[in-house]
Amino acid sequence: MYDVILPLKLFKTSRLTILAVAAVAVCVFVVIVVMTVMNGLVTDFIDMNHGFFSDCVISTDSLVGFGHYDEFENTLRSSDFVESVTPVINTFGLVKSNSSGKNAALSLMGIELESHEKTTDFAKSLYYRKDKPSLAFSPSYNPQLPGCVLGIDLLVERDQWGIYKQSPYLPRWSYGITCFPLTPKGTLVKTGTSVSANTGTFYYSDNSNSGLARVDSTYVYLPFEKLQSLAGMDIGPKRTSAIFIKFKKGADLNKSVEKTAALWKDFVARNSNSEISGLFKNVNVQDFRSYRRETIAPMEKEQTMMILLFLLVGVITVFIIFVIFYMIVGGKNRDIGILKSVGVSQLGIMRVFLRYAVLTGLVGAAIGIAAALVFLDNINGLENWLYVKFGFQMWNREIYAIGAIPDRPGVALPIEVAAAAVIACLLGALLPTIKAARQNCVDTLRVNQI
Amino acid sequence: MKQNNYILTCEQIYKSYQMGATRLEVLKGIDLNIAKGEFVAVKGASGSGKSTLMHILGALDKPDKGKVLFEGKNIAAFSGRKINEFRNKKIGFVFQFYHLLDELTVLQNVLLAPMVQMGAIGWLLHSAKAKKTAAQLLGELGLAERAEHRPYQLSGGERQRAAIARALINEPDVILADEPTGNLDSKTGNDILRVFEKLHNAGQTIVMVTHDDRIAEKASRIIRLADGKINPPVA
Ligand SMILES: Nc1ncnc2c1ncn2[C@@H]1O[C@H](COP(=O)(O)OP(=O)(O)OP(=O)(O)O)[C@@H](O)[C@H]1O
Ligand SMILES: [Mg+2]
Repeated sequence: MYDVILPLKLFKTSRLTILAVAAVAVCVFVVIVVMTVMNGLVTDFIDMNHGFFSDCVISTDSLVGFGHYDEFENTLRSSDFVESVTPVINTFGLVKSNSSGKNAALSLMGIELESHEKTTDFAKSLYYRKDKPSLAFSPSYNPQLPGCVLGIDLLVERDQWGIYKQSPYLPRWSYGITCFPLTPKGTLVKTGTSVSANTGTFYYSDNSNSGLARVDSTYVYLPFEKLQSLAGMDIGPKRTSAIFIKFKKGADLNKSVEKTAALWKDFVARNSNSEISGLFKNVNVQDFRSYRRETIAPMEKEQTMMILLFLLVGVITVFIIFVIFYMIVGGKNRDIGILKSVGVSQLGIMRVFLRYAVLTGLVGAAIGIAAALVFLDNINGLENWLYVKFGFQMWNREIYAIGAIPDRPGVALPIEVAAAAVIACLLGALLPTIKAARQNCVDTLRVNQI
Repeated sequence: MKQNNYILTCEQIYKSYQMGATRLEVLKGIDLNIAKGEFVAVKGASGSGKSTLMHILGALDKPDKGKVLFEGKNIAAFSGRKINEFRNKKIGFVFQFYHLLDELTVLQNVLLAPMVQMGAIGWLLHSAKAKKTAAQLLGELGLAERAEHRPYQLSGGERQRAAIARALINEPDVILADEPTGNLDSKTGNDILRVFEKLHNAGQTIVMVTHDDRIAEKASRIIRLADGKINPPVA
């Protein structure tokens, strides 16, 4: 019982306890807050990629694309693990604003609205046609005109909170969009000796806010068939650049991608004598992560770096606790002598101090977690307040494509961090405790030690 | 074996301390037999090794050479667990500077030995008897009102009485008291002495270090420690 009462009493009466608890609390607080924010940003980013590119992408880097895609789409649609499928054309073009006269080379994405909306989160990214995504390419003032959807950052400004200043009425803007068509062999189409270019006029019908900064600032969306013909992908057998696939709910992503890849392999074999079978060589079947690894990987790397940094915080916690316990134990020589004189074993002495350490860890972690939860709960309000009061903003939303700062730590993270804190305390206290248990205590009993 | 008559026996105890280059020989062959029920007073100049001897007798320290026998058994041969049990049940220590734990109340200090003996669950189930004994002891020592106080709230004499209660709670075979009155005024010292006298009359074996001749007179035997040896008292 002494080994229950004494840790409690030590905890309550030792002044160094406050220091130890504060050290643990601060470490726990920092780790939870930063992990929550950073993990939240990474998760949001991955989710947005997932929403934009669907589960699985069959794609080619070649601007020529690949053919027989509608046949493979049918194969996929009849598979039990596929929810929906949509073809996508990715190419480049010159976009000229007819109102300002400005020119820009932009990415063009051709999509089939009906199936694209089922396969991706595209509908959610729209503004004017959010509720009627099937009309995304129909300008509201004249639905007969050929429409185009622009990445939101191409034409809508943001305030410093990242709120877009959308105009309530759809502006009547039109764009001349020019592509240089490529033959299935990958050569430019020529008329006589000069390179021919296809130009079409499209009317601004909506904008798309995918949350992906690069996409929203460089993409123009056009109806699939229109872009197909602009890009010359209807010369000979019709071609596409990619197929986006959404799997059935609950289907295992990796397994489904493997199944898709197997189906694709069979499909390529079946079509090996097609005149454009050579185009299949450049086609990859990947999940959205691999497809987007160039942007996702650096973020995940940063996340790993951050976790390593926090291991360092853990080491520092261990060290702080070590120093504090060294001091505490040093001041308790006489008490250890007294305990031994009434028959407490070395293990008993260790129990007293290790329980004290666990208590320090638990209370420190509880305070740290509570503070972190309160802080995170108010982090967005706090950022707002800092801006209003001092003009300071952590992430300028004109630059960073994030909405609110992530403020949901979940359940697992605090529990993990608390466990780590207790373990850190135990580790830090271990050496001083062993020293305490083994030391010869009679010298301290000989004298009047205050 | 003859030693059976003795509860504690020392045979040729040597103890020295290394002080830099020199070796300080404190005990140089101590032989000592303590019979059951005896009240032995240990005298000697400061630094003569009285505390050292007490610590060795109570298994808080080890001799360099020689044996300490408890009821004829060599305590050096005890396992760690047996040593702890020996300190817990067979020996009651009283120190010159009381050495109560400041974090605990007087009652908790007194209950330390049974708490150690029982473990947490045993304590929850069987502590009633120990608590009763503790209350009784504190009552007898005039500390009934002080049970819930902390040591710093007590006077020197009260603290020493609390320390005596702590030493007595497990009914040890031997009380080892190292100058229990050394830090008290003479009146308070007398009070404490009376406690020991009473214990002795009730059959308690006591080994007590003291500088005070008046106290030594009450003992059944006086031992003088000098030059690391025990000299027979000069008549
Ligand atoms: N750890 C140690 N290292 C070196 N010398 C020590 C150590 N412990 C005790 N001594 C020395 O051993 C000698 C005996 O010490 P001890 O405390 O037993 O004396 P004592 O007879 O109890 O004295 P006092 O009457 O002052 O209490 C002293 O000279 C002391 O300085
Ligand atoms: Mg002494």
